[in-house]
Amino acid sequence: MSTVTTIKEKMDLLAAKADQLAPVRQAALKAFNNFGLPAPKHEEWKYTRIGNVFNLPLQWAPDQVDAVTAEDLKPFLLPGHEEANVLVFVNGVYASALSVIRSASIECMSLEAAMDSGYAELVAANLGHSGKYLTDGINALSTASLRGGVFLTVKRSKDAEHPLFVYNITDARQVNMLSQPRVLLHLAENAGLQMMETYGTIGSQESFTNQVMEVVVEKDARFEYYKIQNDAAHASQVSTTHIRQTGKSFVHAVTISLNGAIVRNNLNLVMEAEYCDSHMYGLYCMQGKSHIDNHTIVDNVMPHCESNEFYKGIMGDASTGVFNGKIFVRQDAQKTNAFQSNKNVLISDDASVNTKPQLEIFADDVKCSHGCTIGRLDEDGIFYLRSRGIPDQVAKSLLLHSFAMDILEQIKPEPLRNYVDRLVSERLAYEME
Amino acid sequence: MLSIKNLQAGIEGKDILKGINLDIKPGEVHAIMGPNGSGKSTLASVLAGRQDYEVTGGSVEFNGKDLLEFSPEQRAGEGLFLAFQYPVEIPGLSTVNFMKTAVNEVRKYRGEEPLDAVAFLKLMKEKMALVNISKELLTRSLNEGFSGGEKKRNEVFQMAMLEPKLAILDETDSGLDIDAIRIAAHGVNAIRTKDNAVLVITHYQRLLDYIVPDFVHVLYNGRIVKSGTKELALELEETGYDQIKSDYQFA
Amino acid sequence: MNDGLSTIEKTIASDYKYGFTSDLEAESAPKGLNEDIIRFISAKKNEPGWLLEWRLKAYRHWLTMTEPNWANVNYPKVDFQDVIYYSAPKQRVKPNSLDEVDPELLRTFEKLGISMAEQKRLTGVAVDAVIDSVSVGTSFKEELAELGIIFCSMSEAVQEHPELIKKYLGSVVPMTDNFYSALNSAVFTDGSFCYIPKGVRCPMELSTYFRINAENTGQFERTLIVADESSYVSYLEGCTAPMRDENQLHAAVVELIALDHAEIKYSTVQNWYPGDKDGKGGIYNFVTKRGICQGAHSKISWTQVETGSAVTWKYPSCILKGDYSVGEFYSVAVTNHHQQADTGTKMIHLGKNTRSRIVSKGISAGVSQNSYRGLVSVSKNAANARNFSQCDSLLLGDRCGAHTFPYIEVKNSSAQVEHEATTSKIGEDQIFYCNQRGIDTETAVALIVNGFAKEVMNQLPMEFAVEAQKLLAITLEGSVG
Repeated sequence: MSTVTTIKEKMDLLAAKADQLAPVRQAALKAFNNFGLPAPKHEEWKYTRIGNVFNLPLQWAPDQVDAVTAEDLKPFLLPGHEEANVLVFVNGVYASALSVIRSASIECMSLEAAMDSGYAELVAANLGHSGKYLTDGINALSTASLRGGVFLTVKRSKDAEHPLFVYNITDARQVNMLSQPRVLLHLAENAGLQMMETYGTIGSQESFTNQVMEVVVEKDARFEYYKIQNDAAHASQVSTTHIRQTGKSFVHAVTISLNGAIVRNNLNLVMEAEYCDSHMYGLYCMQGKSHIDNHTIVDNVMPHCESNEFYKGIMGDASTGVFNGKIFVRQDAQKTNAFQSNKNVLISDDASVNTKPQLEIFADDVKCSHGCTIGRLDEDGIFYLRSRGIPDQVAKSLLLHSFAMDILEQIKPEPLRNYVDRLVSERLAYEME
Repeated sequence: MLSIKNLQAGIEGKDILKGINLDIKPGEVHAIMGPNGSGKSTLASVLAGRQDYEVTGGSVEFNGKDLLEFSPEQRAGEGLFLAFQYPVEIPGLSTVNFMKTAVNEVRKYRGEEPLDAVAFLKLMKEKMALVNISKELLTRSLNEGFSGGEKKRNEVFQMAMLEPKLAILDETDSGLDIDAIRIAAHGVNAIRTKDNAVLVITHYQRLLDYIVPDFVHVLYNGRIVKSGTKELALELEETGYDQIKSDYQFA
Repeated sequence: MNDGLSTIEKTIASDYKYGFTSDLEAESAPKGLNEDIIRFISAKKNEPGWLLEWRLKAYRHWLTMTEPNWANVNYPKVDFQDVIYYSAPKQRVKPNSLDEVDPELLRTFEKLGISMAEQKRLTGVAVDAVIDSVSVGTSFKEELAELGIIFCSMSEAVQEHPELIKKYLGSVVPMTDNFYSALNSAVFTDGSFCYIPKGVRCPMELSTYFRINAENTGQFERTLIVADESSYVSYLEGCTAPMRDENQLHAAVVELIALDHAEIKYSTVQNWYPGDKDGKGGIYNFVTKRGICQGAHSKISWTQVETGSAVTWKYPSCILKGDYSVGEFYSVAVTNHHQQADTGTKMIHLGKNTRSRIVSKGISAGVSQNSYRGLVSVSKNAANARNFSQCDSLLLGDRCGAHTFPYIEVKNSSAQVEHEATTSKIGEDQIFYCNQRGIDTETAVALIVNGFAKEVMNQLPMEFAVEAQKLLAITLEGSVG
């Protein structure tokens, strides 16, 4: 049986389940049947052939999560783990035994439970909200497969005492695994949260992680988010982070991509209130045959918002890169300031980059700009360093490192910054070999 | 020439000018001084007709006509010139082209024939010499990439070209070093005649060393609280505005 | 705020001064499209058999295609059976010189500011004039012939230079390229052909003036320019149409071929009728323009000033095949009222050390939508390719839209590609500054817009720059109170 047929059967079963999430799943299933898997002629998937992933016999994730132990988790731990709130997903299903919530300001429950709690209205309004922006079968697949997902809320006027670490672990020791972690995160008025997230595949079989996190940021809340993608070279993922700013609030998101087969990130920022302030940074530094695709949407709905977007890429070997940045400025969003920049360095003859920045502007009193460059390292710079006695290869990796620095500096927690810096430095040393 | 009576104006519902009275006659130089936020630049903007400001009371007569009835370009045609504190940049439009358009529009307003290219160039050369500005500057995009001094010199050049009856200098000295002030002031003095007048708006006395005023007015909290001769400016320089503030805080 | 700026929203109709119709007796094909119509057109033009076959092949392919819908434009679907595919002003005999041309025709062109008879004395520009489907006359032919330059209507070229037409027609834009190029290949009726021989610098601007006159008529012209080794030509096209309530279709194909060290400069001032202020009527301008820098060190430069048409769908492109070849695209697109424009370029870098430059200036007013869509592609073998793109948008009023869709695809690590884009509006402070100097708001807007578009306007041949500048001002008339 083909993977798609298996998946459809499983989704049909889930849709038939009479629990609180059934209507959400059913609507998404309808959307999935309507969209199908994205074909290359789908404008948003023009350069990323995600359909190929489904040519594998992908396994539908089991409900049981005990196959993965604390020991298995160790290689993936981020610095500061011991002091953090930890959320672990095994094959996309929440693993409570491996997770711990230390902060009193954070409430954590299953999505099903949230539908029965005082948060029911909030969950109903936001679960699946990303589907309004991502009209394709991949997003619909996640929502139609809702299972083992988590709802988190940071309470009003509280800064979470500890950061939140999220580990998405896929067990591909026996089979090719399909993993679909799902989180709905809520920052109540004036709440603050620092969140780090990473991905790890155990075993040598292939895997596909289709993750969706939807975030609601209320008035005066502060959300700081770091995504570190350094998964195995045979692991593919589509990672969607959909952030709604429903009140004047602050978002700072950094995406670091270092490894993976196909890595597709959807980062959406919907600025629904005046005076929102958002910053998105990305660094991708790829090798081998990795394919990295960063799709971002900044939707300015209300006036006086400011957004800043800065993505940089270093492409080695036969890696391919895609950057697609969309900025919408709606008719009411006067006085919007939106900036976007994408810079790429190709350090191998076989690497390639496709970039597509887009501005769609319907308001007149705005300042928007985007810029992008694709090129190689500055010859004058290399020469300057060499004339000071630095060997060619070292000079190049120094220059690449300084190229990446603008983004690395945006990682505010020092231990995490040092950790990522080390990964990037190792990668650049490798690239220059 | 200019007669301001009980002028009241504000922006977005906030009162800034709370009853200004001022009379300026041909040939005179008036200076308006005052601390930051006293309403100096608002007065300049209201006289030039900037739309953000709303006149809520009083009247302004300019050469016997109701100035407040006119659009900004009509006021320019009537002979009122404002040298901007922050001259605006227009990419791709040279000062020469800008001035050619302005001079001929103003001439049209006054019922005069437009200047042809030759006559315009002749006038421009004459005024360039008068205010000491280089041709290179005038062929560049209007104010784009100009230094502070260059922008102000360009303002004075435009003033010379348009030959206004009343020139208002809004903080023309701000951000300029003493040499730049001297050059700008020299230009203004070169244009003065017994038939035109100058209103200098400034925070500091130093510009008044070069453009010597006949009358000095102190603006505070939207009102002229004190008037005198040029000695008043020197006095203010000595004592600072704190004295004024404490004297008129509750005025 | 006083009237000066609060009336930004108030858009007043601007006058389209080319909206008159001429009372020309026309000979037309019946409405609709089928193989018989194509045979009719081909027979009318006394074409050789191979060309008829070529047309029919294109038609049969077109039948298998669907209308593209990816552009950022909305318009009611065109009923292709409701279009007249051939309309020619009736002339008893084919004129041997301009003196024999129907005086009503000449008057039409005089009204448009193109005086065919007085060309010689006035501007020194050679003009080919095309009304509806056919060329009505070409000036300066003899003078050009002395240099070996061929400049004539496409129909004439088919008769007199079949070897060149056979070799180059469809070589840059294949008949199967897209929906509209296939349609054009099937039904094209006339257009201009130009050949510049080796080593010749064409001493004057060559120009084609297109006009749609008859009702319900589509204009499907085809332009082909071949610049042989080390030659140079500067070419300009202008377009107008009468004001009519229904939409009319214009689907042209332009092909440019530049051999070694040759240079072609192609300028367009497009002023098709844009429809009225409520969006009624106007031309659908669906045009395929492409040039190939076939030879080393060749250069193709597109300059366009787009002010007309209800809907524009147009991407003048360069295929940079020859090593060291250069492609340029300079564009000003102005949309007002209900106009929609989706325009830009493709720069396809195939050869080594190829360079391209894109400067696009979009100005939107009223409730119009203005999109830039462009592709810069650097293929694997295009070592040291360079591209610089600058796309700026200026918005007038708060109900219009400006959109940028640049696609950049790089497969060679030695490439250097830079893209910059900005969107801004005319500042109230800029307008006030001008007002204070005695310049009214309308004039101030014209000054600011011309400054914004200057980099592109500077690329236009002198004779047309002034005209284009006026056109900008007219198009935006009434867009700012």
